[in-house]
Amino acid sequence: MTDGDSLSPFPHRHLLGIEGLTPPEITLLLDRSERFVERNRQVGEKPAELRGRTIICLFFEASTRTRTSFELAGKRLGADVITMSVSASSVRKGETVLDTAMTLNAMHPDALVVRHPESGAVKLLSEKVTCAVINGGDGSHEHPTQALLDALTIRRRVGRLENLDVAICGDIQHSRVARSNIHLLSIMGARVRLVAPRTLIPAEVERLGVGVYHDMHEGLAGCDIIMMLRLQTERMNANFFPSKREYFHFYGLDYEKLSRANPEALIMHPGPMNRGVEIDSVVADDFSRSVIYEQVEMGVAVRMACLELMAGSGAQAAGRNI
Amino acid sequence: MTFHIDKAPRRLAFVNARLLDPASGLDAVGGLLIAGESIADVGDHLTAASVPPDAMVIDAEGHCLCPGLVDIRVQLREPGEEHKATLASTGEAATAGGVTSMVCLPNTNPVIDDMSVVEFVARRARLLGLTKVYTYGAVTKGLAGETLAEMGLLSEVGAVAFTDGVHAIGNAQVMRQALNYARSFDLIIAQHPEEPSLAEDGDMNAGEVATRLGLSGIPRQAEVIMVERDLRLAELTDGRIHFAHLSTRAAVEAVRAAKARGIRATCDTAPPYFALNENAVGDYRTFAKLSPPLRAEEDRLAVIDGLADGTIDAIASDHAPQSEDAKRLPFGQAAFGGIGLETLLAVSLELYHNGRLPLLDVLRLLTCKPADLLGLPAGRLARGLPADLILFDLERPWRVREYELHSKSKNTPFDYRPVQGRVLLTVVDGRRVYAYDR
Repeated sequence: MTDGDSLSPFPHRHLLGIEGLTPPEITLLLDRSERFVERNRQVGEKPAELRGRTIICLFFEASTRTRTSFELAGKRLGADVITMSVSASSVRKGETVLDTAMTLNAMHPDALVVRHPESGAVKLLSEKVTCAVINGGDGSHEHPTQALLDALTIRRRVGRLENLDVAICGDIQHSRVARSNIHLLSIMGARVRLVAPRTLIPAEVERLGVGVYHDMHEGLAGCDIIMMLRLQTERMNANFFPSKREYFHFYGLDYEKLSRANPEALIMHPGPMNRGVEIDSVVADDFSRSVIYEQVEMGVAVRMACLELMAGSGAQAAGRNI
Repeated sequence: MTFHIDKAPRRLAFVNARLLDPASGLDAVGGLLIAGESIADVGDHLTAASVPPDAMVIDAEGHCLCPGLVDIRVQLREPGEEHKATLASTGEAATAGGVTSMVCLPNTNPVIDDMSVVEFVARRARLLGLTKVYTYGAVTKGLAGETLAEMGLLSEVGAVAFTDGVHAIGNAQVMRQALNYARSFDLIIAQHPEEPSLAEDGDMNAGEVATRLGLSGIPRQAEVIMVERDLRLAELTDGRIHFAHLSTRAAVEAVRAAKARGIRATCDTAPPYFALNENAVGDYRTFAKLSPPLRAEEDRLAVIDGLADGTIDAIASDHAPQSEDAKRLPFGQAAFGGIGLETLLAVSLELYHNGRLPLLDVLRLLTCKPADLLGLPAGRLARGLPADLILFDLERPWRVREYELHSKSKNTPFDYRPVQGRVLLTVVDGRRVYAYDR
């Protein structure tokens, strides 16, 4: 570690997950994101903190919003951003995630943003490269920038994270968004409850310190935040529920179920939404309650903060990996 | 290379050894005399002064001399996957681990469902002259779980028992017929007890660790469901069923109850299941991706209880070499399996060093019990038997380091583990096939 490194405000070389981060570290990321929110709303010449830096967005799995959000974040900071969609090319030729990592590392990028369909793949890749790695979502494991943008949205709307009751509803089993949010909200002092049919609740999840409900009416009672999750049908290989119609009847968010929550409760969704399956269209579009598009806006700011910290001039900290 | 093959001297004598023969309960200081390929004499009456003058004498310096280990679950990889292991590399690993007889699974390529493959393996092993190699035959052709293989003919050319290897026989009717047919020849069917549809797509034990890591879980009930089904089928057919590598409390309890009811059931386990638990997966450590998966701590303790009370009949290495390419992948894509031949003794001795089992009981699970289970002429220090034995330092500490192992593939779940107990010398048919040289 050099002198410059010891001044780094974020002591991690990579951002691989939320688990293990401390409250001050999360607060730092959110505070720095905050600065970019207003800046993104203004027109005109943008400062360029990452001019001359190269960021590669490496996506082994299809993504529109996360990829675009990272690309935009990098470009608004003045970095050169390259996106590679690997699923259709090298992997089909037999190249492994490590081969790809080594190849890209030889091109000396400053940061890699990686999405991969396998849990742990981003960690594996991070062990082989010399640049910073930001997890853009790995399997069912973590999606840290999503949890940060959710937290930023909540903090701006409600003014705090601690002492809130947050219900995360839907496909917890396959959701990296849920895992990152469980960690972040718990670390920051919120109370998390999960609401889903038993088939979509992972084993022993209550050991993560969450409440588990199988009835939406009970699960939403008095809660301040409702996070709906997308049904990850592409990851489902078995009968997790009988039909989308039945799923919507019991677990789809409509006004009737919403009435059990705190009247001020915010409605969130990481997108893309399956309207009429996990959320009723009229609820999704009720902008007095739904902050779904605000989440997208916060996403760019959060990713700018992460890229600035990980790929910027003070980012060569040789701290522990997270 | 630390092993070398001697031409067998006419007579070889060990003196000043701690003789350990679990079959007879012998634990005494004495000597052992080998004449040609067999044990000529053993006992506390043999001293440096009393051995025949023409014998080559080895002073054991008080170290333990016991029967060579009998390992009833090893994956060969030759023929078919020689980049992972060959008969030679497996033999070297086995002799370094003190294994003098091993029984190999039929999941080679081609599968051991044909007499010619049994004979190929036997011939190659004989030529190598290292550890003795026996084979399981396949229960079903191509290990496909559908049509019975020629079990009678396979047993005639040397297959010692039958199994579909790492695949569970999922179809109950096929298992029923296999047990029933094998009974005609009094053959054992060894099952990988894992209900396939519950284990399908699973990466590790279902539980908190899997949930945290976002990995798909295999519920432990997958094991006991298969065990209980097969116990019923063994009861129905009066067949002989053997369950490989038990890993859960429920399965151990099921076998315990079945034995009490008189069902002809036996079982083994492997060191990972009594020395590790699911936490060894840690941060996506693919060397700890095993089949069955590493379980919870309470299961690990139940497996030790099963070893202590005799419910579990043997300890096998469950040696499953995988190439670096097959393991250096995201956890979900990595292959199952870990190597175990060279750590079998040292990790098993933890049971003794930790005060869980007497020394002779640990060695019994590694020698005469597995030998008796499959009817192998091995596992005892007795006059007239083949001179397959090992000399080991019970106390010597060492740390498992994958790069120091002889196995061609290095995927040990025990990498970095400090252990106690080191094989110093391995003798097969009176020939020294391994000597520890550091």
